[in-house]
Amino acid sequence: MKPLLRFDRVSCRRGGRLLFEDLDLQLGPGEALHLTGPNGSGKSSLIRLAAGLLRAEGGTIDRSGAAVADEHLALDRELSLNRALAFWGGNFDRAMQALDLARLASVPVRLLSTGQAKRATLARVAASSAPLWLLDEPLNGLDADGVERLEALLAAHLEKGGAVLAASHGPLGGSWSKMELGS
Amino acid sequence: MIGALIARDVRRAIGGAAWLPVGFFLVVATLIPFAVGPDPQLLGRIASGGLWIAALTAALLPIERLVEPDRASGVLDQLSLHGVSEEAVGAAKVSAHWLTFGPLLLVAALPSSFILGLAPEALGRTIIALTVGTPGLAALAVMVAALTAGLPRAGALAGVMLLPLAVPLLIFGAGASGDAASGALLLEAAISLLLVAAAPLVTGAAIRAART
Repeated sequence: MKPLLRFDRVSCRRGGRLLFEDLDLQLGPGEALHLTGPNGSGKSSLIRLAAGLLRAEGGTIDRSGAAVADEHLALDRELSLNRALAFWGGNFDRAMQALDLARLASVPVRLLSTGQAKRATLARVAASSAPLWLLDEPLNGLDADGVERLEALLAAHLEKGGAVLAASHGPLGGSWSKMELGS
Repeated sequence: MIGALIARDVRRAIGGAAWLPVGFFLVVATLIPFAVGPDPQLLGRIASGGLWIAALTAALLPIERLVEPDRASGVLDQLSLHGVSEEAVGAAKVSAHWLTFGPLLLVAALPSSFILGLAPEALGRTIIALTVGTPGLAALAVMVAALTAGLPRAGALAGVMLLPLAVPLLIFGAGASGDAASGALLLEAAISLLLVAAAPLVTGAAIRAART
């Protein structure tokens, strides 16, 4: 089966520092990879490489359509949450319900708390039809309920034949293969 | 997605600070009689040049909000993930910026020309020259905004970059405002077209370069 994400001997250099070299990884439908490693080991860079937002120093990267949730909200702060999410299209109504954001639909994005903003970035990903989800520290700022809802969303996405690559210091529920950077 | 992006940028500009460059344009035009004195003949002679200086300085004001907020909030990254090329983003930003900058500036040119005592026949030429020149100015502003996005003191840097690059537009624009027979209007249109054509490419390259 065609993998949704494939790194072939990829190396990454940021600011003159080699973060990793000759890295191979492959994610097929229904597979989830949990990326760990100390601060500065290149987890976020790997996610941006996978998203095509950074160019690799060497090696090749093949990917299918990806959706990214990182520390950038990418929602217009002056708009209400549902209008801001609507800009990015997709099935945002269902994604908002899945993350318990429906009652915040008319609240301006600038008034959201840290955890609510995190849920909103995850809703942006969940609303997209991209088969590959790239999540950078998805647990940051989430409460217990939020973590539970995220895990349910991830399970459903994997069930549908999607793939997930998540960088996180915290434990993620479900069955994940692991990769540690900087070891 | 491009249409949605243009509509969004227009909405943000109108809801935000689209009136600011226009107000600034009026203020600069009003300063000229205070600076050179109220002699109507002198003012009438320099009026079209004064309007061009006012337009150039007004073009500087919106630069910091054109690209940097979208870079910082991750919107540019998300657009790329949604399959919108950086060049298309640049083209959309130029269109949206001109829509909220050009027409308002032309409207503001009317009271300004009255303040400066511009002769009616020169007013028509100046409005035409500004109409031809504002797309070039908008394109230049978006390019400079993309090139300086994320840099410290970007606002001051943008001023130092934009004003010299606008000199050709200023020379031929002011020429076309003053003398209809000179052919300056065609040269101004050529420069304006060149800037508009280059803007998506330069903006796209600058957005990509800012990611590394």
